[in-house]
Formats: sequence, C-alpha cells, structure tokens
Amino acid sequence: MIELRNVAYSYGGGELFSEISLSLGPGTFHFLTGPSGSGKTTLLKLCYGDLRATAGDVAIFGEDTRRMSRDSVALARRRIGVVHQDCQFLDHLPLSENVVLPLTVAGRAAEAEGNLMDLLRWVGLGAQAEQLPPELSGGERQRAALARAVIMDPDVIIADEPTGNIDWEMSQRLLTLLVELNRMGKAVLVATHDLNLIRAAKSQVQARILRLSNRRLQAAGADL
Amino acid sequence: MKVRIGLLFGLLAGDPQADKAVPPTGFTARLTVFTSAAMAFLAVFALALSLATDRLATRWAAELARTSTLRISAPPDQIDAQTRAAIRLLETTPGIIAARALSADEQRALLEPWFGPDLPVETLPIPQLIEIVEDEAGYDPLGLRARLQAEVPGAVLDDHTRWRQPLVAAAGRLRFLGLVAIALIGLSTAAMITLAAQAALAANAQVIRVLRLVGARDIYIARAFVRRFTLRAMIGAAIGMAAGMLAVAFLPQADMAGGFLTGLGFQGAGWLWPLTIPPLAAVVAFVATRAAALRTLREQS
Ligand SMILES: Nc1ncnc2c1ncn2[C@@H]1O[C@H](COP(=O)(O)OP(=O)(O)O)[C@@H](O)[C@H]1O
Ligand SMILES: [Mg+2]
Repeated sequence: MIELRNVAYSYGGGELFSEISLSLGPGTFHFLTGPSGSGKTTLLKLCYGDLRATAGDVAIFGEDTRRMSRDSVALARRRIGVVHQDCQFLDHLPLSENVVLPLTVAGRAAEAEGNLMDLLRWVGLGAQAEQLPPELSGGERQRAALARAVIMDPDVIIADEPTGNIDWEMSQRLLTLLVELNRMGKAVLVATHDLNLIRAAKSQVQARILRLSNRRLQAAGADL
Repeated sequence: MKVRIGLLFGLLAGDPQADKAVPPTGFTARLTVFTSAAMAFLAVFALALSLATDRLATRWAAELARTSTLRISAPPDQIDAQTRAAIRLLETTPGIIAARALSADEQRALLEPWFGPDLPVETLPIPQLIEIVEDEAGYDPLGLRARLQAEVPGAVLDDHTRWRQPLVAAAGRLRFLGLVAIALIGLSTAAMITLAAQAALAANAQVIRVLRLVGARDIYIARAFVRRFTLRAMIGAAIGMAAGMLAVAFLPQADMAGGFLTGLGFQGAGWLWPLTIPPLAAVVAFVATRAAALRTLREQS
C-alpha cells in the first residue's frame, strides 16, 4: 500500500539517508529502529506524504507522491492513521473532539457516536474525554493520539515512538492494540528505540525489524 | 460571481465543526471588525457625495439644456416687428430647435412674484421675452450675438445658464471621485483583511499542522478562517454603515438658495444604497481571506 524505492532525503544539507526501499503491504508489521537523529521520523513523514523524497519513488496507495495534488495527499491521509512523535492536538478542544477530528474534517463526525467512548475506554481515557490536551500527562496524550489514529479505521497505521512516554504496562496494551489492528489486515509501521517493546512483540506477531543507521536501512533482528 | 455568492451564503449558514477547529483570536477579530466599521462609515459618506453630486449634475445639465432667453427692448411701435425678425433669425440658427415669444400672460406670471397679479403688462414698456430651446450641441452664442446686433438692434441674448457649464463638469468629476473613493475603500478593506487573515493563519500554524495530519483538505482549513473573517467584516460594516447613516441623517440642512444645492444627504430610495455596504464588505472579506488562506496553505508545505 505504501512503497518506497531507492528513496533519498535531504533537508537541504547533506543526504540524511539514501537507497531506502520499503514496502508496507496489507497485514505487514514493521518496526523501525535506529539511533536518535538517524532519520526515523523523516522516513515516516515520507511514508505519509508529509515530505517528498529528494530522490527515488514513493507511492502511496499506488499514487506517485510526486504527482499527487495537495487534495489527494489529504485524502490519502484519511486512510493512514498517524501517531505523531509529539502527538499534536488542538489544545483548545476537549480530548473527545480531538479524537474524532479525522472524522470531523472528513465530514463524517456523526459516525463517531458509538465508537468514541469505547475507543477512549480501550486506551484507558474514558474519564478524561472532556479534558483539554494540555491537562493530560504525556502518556495519556500518546494513548489519545493512538485513539485518534485508528478512529477512521485506516488501512495503514504509522506510529512514531508511541511508547516514548508511557509505562511498561500501558505500552504492552498499546502493542496489543497495534497487533490486533494488524490482524485485521492493516499495515503497521512503528518507529521506536524501545527494544523491549520489539522483543515483546516478537511473541505476538510476525514483525520485520528494520534499522536505520549510517544513512542506510537494513534488516535487523538477530541481534535483538 | 453567482457561484461565489452562493458559496458565501453556504458559508454563513456554516459548519460549526470546522469553525471550532480554529481557536478564536481576539486581536485579528477586533482588527477586522474595527477596520470594516471604519471603512463602511467612510463609504457611506463617499456614497452620499456621489449621489448628491449626481443629482446636482443631472439637475444643472437639464437646466442648461433647457433654454436661454432673448430679450427685446424697443419702442412700443417697433417691438412686434423686431420680435418677428428675431424669431425668423433664431429659427434659421443652427443649434436652435425652437424660438417662441412669451405671451402677455406668461410674462405676467413671471413678474407676478415681484409686482403682484394685476400688472398691466400690455401697457408697460417692458421687454418682450423669447424663449429659445436648444438642441444637444447648442448654438454658437458669439455668432448669434453678431447677427442679432446687425438685424435686431433691440435684442439682448441672455444665456445666463451657460456659466454653470463648468460647474456641471465639476459635479460630474466630483461624482466620479466619490466612486473612486468607494473603490479605494473597498481595496483598502481587502488589503487590511488580507493582512489580518495572514496574521491569523500564522498564529494558527500549529492548528493547521494538526488539521493536515488528520487529513483536512486546504479548502476545509481555509473555510474555518474565511467564515470568521466574512462574518466579522459584515458585522463591522453593519455597525459602520449604521453610524454613517445616522451621521448623514443628522447633517444640517443645506437645501438653500431655492434648490441650488441639494444637500449632501440621501434622498428617497437613495437611503437603500448604504444597505449594500455590509454584504459588499462580506464579499470583499470572503474573497480576500479565501485567497490569502489558500495561498498561505500552499506555501506552507
Ligand atoms: N525540518 C527539518 N529541517 C532540517 N533538519 C531537520 C528537520 N527535521 C529533522 N531534521 C534533522 O534531520 C535529522 C533526522 O531527524 P529525525 O528524522 O527526526 O530523526 P529521528 O526521528 O531518527 O530522531 C536530525 O539531524 C534532525 O536535526
Ligand atoms: Mg524521531
């Protein structure tokens, strides 16, 4: 569903990475690891069309990103649930409205009715629905971000350090949710430097583990 | 334009969800309302000026086109002969449609305000008046005077309304300047609303980033801003218009010198004209904000 071939990216200086190839098909589960600053977040942004590759091809749902209009990128976004590294909420709206925001901007807010409270309870935020995002802890914000990412029932879920701020027990629950979504046929890509999370996942799901370092993407796994 | 206006009303009917996505920004809101109010206030005066000068120009032009008069002062026994000669002469002058000697009754009516109704016009040595009706182009007064002097020595051509010619031109120019002022007011409003919208967009960069992340299209994001600015501009303009109309309504009456001046106010249906200002301000704000928002959103990525 998302294909990268021989992709390179540079923010203007030297190339951050190059010769990256990656294919996120239905039902695949990928972990992306690598040192801080190696470009994990950048690579994810290429996958959801927030950045455009400086070399190589990126196709999202079969569309070449170089030829995608701004509207088609927006429409593709609705099929990709993104958990951003620093969450990114509308701080003036309560959590419940933030979580349904993807439906709202798609003009489908009415569909949220039943699911919203279930979803919030599932990520353990049933009691916080009417709180504003700045009033929540880091971990609560990350769970809310995941809830927002899945509310559209997306085909692809991309999560950037989703367990960065949360305790082990909660990160296990997040992982379980991601695995469940993956079993429903969704492609999942998780950037994390939490090796324990990757180890825990191995028992639950057939995951490919990729490591971004020295400007290249390699398969990893044996060393974990 | 029809599509735009349809869109405009669709917009005002509103999508409260989209509206909520952008937090209210006090500073740009107040700036927009104030600017629109001030501009609408000025527009009312520019409009009043245009309408008043239009009335003036129309009235004076009509008077100009109407008539001049020829006055024949001669000994009583020569008056009839000279009058006939003058009329013959006038009727063959290019630019003159008709020439007609006023009857004794008409002359009496003209003098009545000064001398009362019983004036024995026939027995008094008062001059005979001939009314001249000109065509559009008019006649050549110098040539006519020369011919009159030779053939009708007692005739005096009185084309007193001619001095108003430059005034009619001035009134026309003033009306034009009023319209230019209205156009400038519209452009300034657009410019200021564009700046305010850009400030609001910049202040809400984070909000825009979040909306993008969850798949909002540019037009959705733009709409949240456009709707606000359109409403604010319309409200501001309505306030400014009301204040302007009150100010014009309470202008001292300048209708002096027998209607020589028509006064700067609105007359009759003219009062409806200022009512177009708030909707026009809304259209200006709509177009300006929409262009600014879509441009900024394109540039931001
Ligand atoms: N918008 C940007 N402009 C310039 N450089 C950037 C930008 N974003 C990230 N970088 C740089 O690119 C490198 C990779 O960043 P990032 O993709 O966030 O890495 P990671 O997620 O692996 O920590 C870093 O050195 C960072 O400073
Ligand atoms: Mg990162």
